[in-house]
Amino acid sequence: MEQAKPKAVIMDEQAMKRAVVRIAHEVIEHNEGASDIAVVGIVRRGVTLARQLTDAIEEIEGTRPQLGSLDISFYRDDVMRNVAPVIHGTNIPFSVDDENIILVDDVLYTGRTVRSALDALMDLGRPKSVQLAVMVDRGHRELPIRADYVGKNVPSSHEEDVRVCMKPLDDRNSVEIWELDAEKNAGGAN
Amino acid sequence: MLSVKNLIDTYSLTADDITQILDTAASFEAINNRPGIKKVPALRGRTIVNLFLEPSTRTKSSFELAEKRLSADSLSMGGSTSSVVKGESLADTIQTIDAMNVDMFVCRARLAGTPQKITENTDAVVINAGDGKHQHPTQAMLDLYTIRKHFGHLDGLKVAIVGDLAHSRVCGSLAPALKTMGAEVTLVGPPTFQVDDPDWFGCPQTSSLDEVIEDMDVVYMLRVQLERMEGAAIPSKREYNRLYGLDMRRVNHMKENAIICHPGPMNRGMEINADVADCARSRILNQVNAGVLTRMAEMYLLLGGESNGISA
Amino acid sequence: MAFLLKGAHAVDPQVGLDEVVDVLIDGERVAEVGSDLEAGQDVQVIDATGKYLVPGLVDMHVHFRDPGFEYKETIETGSRAATHGGFTDVATMPNTDPVTDTGTGIRYQIDRGHAAGLCHIRPIGAMTRGEKGEALSEIGDMVLEGAVAFSDDGHGVQSAGMMRTCMEYIAQFDRVAIAHCEIETLSGHGVINEGKASTRLGMFGWPALAEELEIYRDIELCRLTGCPLHIAHISTVKGLELVKGAKAEGLPVTCEVTPHHLFLNEDDIDTTYNTNLKMNPPLRTPDDAAALREGILDGSIDCLVTDHAPHAAHEKDCEWEIAFFGTVGLETSLPLMLNNLVRTGKMSWQRLVEVMAVNPRSVLRLPKVKVERGSVADLTLIDPDREVTVTEDYLQSRSKNSAFLGQTLVGSATDVFVAGRRTLENGVVA
Repeated sequence: MEQAKPKAVIMDEQAMKRAVVRIAHEVIEHNEGASDIAVVGIVRRGVTLARQLTDAIEEIEGTRPQLGSLDISFYRDDVMRNVAPVIHGTNIPFSVDDENIILVDDVLYTGRTVRSALDALMDLGRPKSVQLAVMVDRGHRELPIRADYVGKNVPSSHEEDVRVCMKPLDDRNSVEIWELDAEKNAGGAN
Repeated sequence: MLSVKNLIDTYSLTADDITQILDTAASFEAINNRPGIKKVPALRGRTIVNLFLEPSTRTKSSFELAEKRLSADSLSMGGSTSSVVKGESLADTIQTIDAMNVDMFVCRARLAGTPQKITENTDAVVINAGDGKHQHPTQAMLDLYTIRKHFGHLDGLKVAIVGDLAHSRVCGSLAPALKTMGAEVTLVGPPTFQVDDPDWFGCPQTSSLDEVIEDMDVVYMLRVQLERMEGAAIPSKREYNRLYGLDMRRVNHMKENAIICHPGPMNRGMEINADVADCARSRILNQVNAGVLTRMAEMYLLLGGESNGISA
Repeated sequence: MAFLLKGAHAVDPQVGLDEVVDVLIDGERVAEVGSDLEAGQDVQVIDATGKYLVPGLVDMHVHFRDPGFEYKETIETGSRAATHGGFTDVATMPNTDPVTDTGTGIRYQIDRGHAAGLCHIRPIGAMTRGEKGEALSEIGDMVLEGAVAFSDDGHGVQSAGMMRTCMEYIAQFDRVAIAHCEIETLSGHGVINEGKASTRLGMFGWPALAEELEIYRDIELCRLTGCPLHIAHISTVKGLELVKGAKAEGLPVTCEVTPHHLFLNEDDIDTTYNTNLKMNPPLRTPDDAAALREGILDGSIDCLVTDHAPHAAHEKDCEWEIAFFGTVGLETSLPLMLNNLVRTGKMSWQRLVEVMAVNPRSVLRLPKVKVERGSVADLTLIDPDREVTVTEDYLQSRSKNSAFLGQTLVGSATDVFVAGRRTLENGVVA
């Protein structure tokens, strides 16, 4: 499986970096600075991305937003079919009440992950607002959810898998399109 | 995913199963401790029947709370309200409830093997909440959670289980689970309370608490069932307390970091003295807290069904 | 009606017979045993080539539940099961409701047996009234009505004094006292062998000592009273040693064992809590079972019995601790012995005939039955290669609680003759 090659590489390391920096600028602009925001990544790749985004915002503004991670395993609407093999746990070391939360994930697809994340976030408190940042929006929404900040729009088909690879979870930084094989397709992929 | 479909006994669990339960319970701890909503929708729409064929307040309320925190729909039946008392057979009771399409049975029973019999009459998942003198696996998991939380690990720990060993499902499930996780278990009790075959547990058995207490990391006091007691297997409460009760004199011989556990409800002044139950070594209330967490973990892992990847 | 059995391998150690012969049955009796016998007029010829012909099998320990528990078994349905299993005689235990403790009760059993018309019912009377262990029952009256032995089976007689009285009284009648050995203050709430099994499955143990101590007591009472003693369903090494010791001293002590104690042990009880394995006395250790197998081969155990204990489905399909004790056995006993001991070469056909036909008749003081001219034609014809699979459909007993369900066994009875009447014909009950 790992020997196989992606169908296409649509973002390389440089492109991903540029996208993070651009999103950082957009977040700062939209929120008139970085003092009233907190960044929350969805486990797992959203967390890596959230850290990169936080670093970029600090670079630009000189202040570092608060950073947290959100595990949505217990909020999934497909728990009857899927039990998360490993639960990483939510780690949000601040109150979400009255914060502007920048929710970060790698890929936006059906919207179900984001819905679960919103539920999880609401159970923790009452944020002032929640904005969504993703590296890739591949379309095919099943719920009325849209991203506020997008690294790249990637039109895709259901037969494809859009993968965001990020160090250290992966051995490279890139966004790739893979042909989905029937076997792996069973539960739909990220 | 656990290697078992139902949670009936601890000797069927692998070390990996137990670790998964304890790890998952740890992630529920954050949810239980948070200031906001102490509840997740993980089992929303799932139906759980708590069938308590023997009276129980602690275990039952712990399960009920765990079910509520997972957003499951649950129904508790039992005691004098169950038709089992009216002479209906267990199979009939289970088939009747099963016909209403439930996802899980949590069963407490006076007779050993009842949860296993339930599995023969339903496709729903079955959790044993204590069957006769046989097993009480969810108690064992909360005990392991409590002990692991204190020491950070289970392997190599020395644990004494003390008291009415022969009539204890707590001992029956805790000892094998501890052994699976690499702990060393010593059984301590008067000869009339000792298990018929300690070799089956692979544990040494002794009648002297004083000889072993100073080597132990955990001293686990079992409840003495008063109704099984005076005049029959032991002469009196007073004598039992003197020979086997955990008092401060004995506690002072324990290792510096050693802890005390008890499954509750306690007979203060009998197997455990009041000042001991409330001392800094006591983890008795931590056990109660861990009960909700580990039961949430067990229900979550058992009702999750088959894993086939993650959808977004 | 006359039958000529051609080419059967007849085995009867009583007359030193172990060869292929022809046997002519005429009326109630064996008319001729010889070679190349000719069939006369009106003689049905049965080709018995490859089959074994033995004196009719006797099960001296069965529970037919009649009267009182007819929903489990009746003398009629029990007789069918016995016939299907190859038996010509069964001895019925008295723990019926009311307890068979009077001559009338004995007469009822015999009459119902005649009405069923399949096998000889040999009733065993209760030693004490109501099997309560408190007062002598009308033992003499029962002897006169046809009781073959006396027992409070189902319970031990708890009082040593009462047991002594029973045995002293029985001693005058040339009948044996059959002892179910269980000291109830030791067996207590026990439902499974005390030791590994009770620990593993979390239930009260039934210790070997509860049986052994009463075997010891009753052997000493045998010595004191001179009453012949037969130990029922022996289950432990130590119990067997006690019986061997008594025999070596010349005391009139015999004993019996069941197929389930020979071929099953406590390790067969797994976490499915199969209640068909719940016995009294309980299945013991593998070592006990091995010693019992040795005992039935070497002669220290006299008889094979089934302790046929039918129970209705609802009495077994429940939690182990409240399930009833016992297994049906009449239809699996011979196949188990053939499959596990005879076919494997451990047991000779002569020994099989001793433990399943000759010795039980002797213990019950029944007339001898032989494969010999002039003997009553109570005979069993066995096909050593006929396979049976133990399913609920296979069992003719009213109850299906067999500990051996699902097993396929090689060797079983095909034909049974009771006083010259063919009660089993090619495996089908008449």
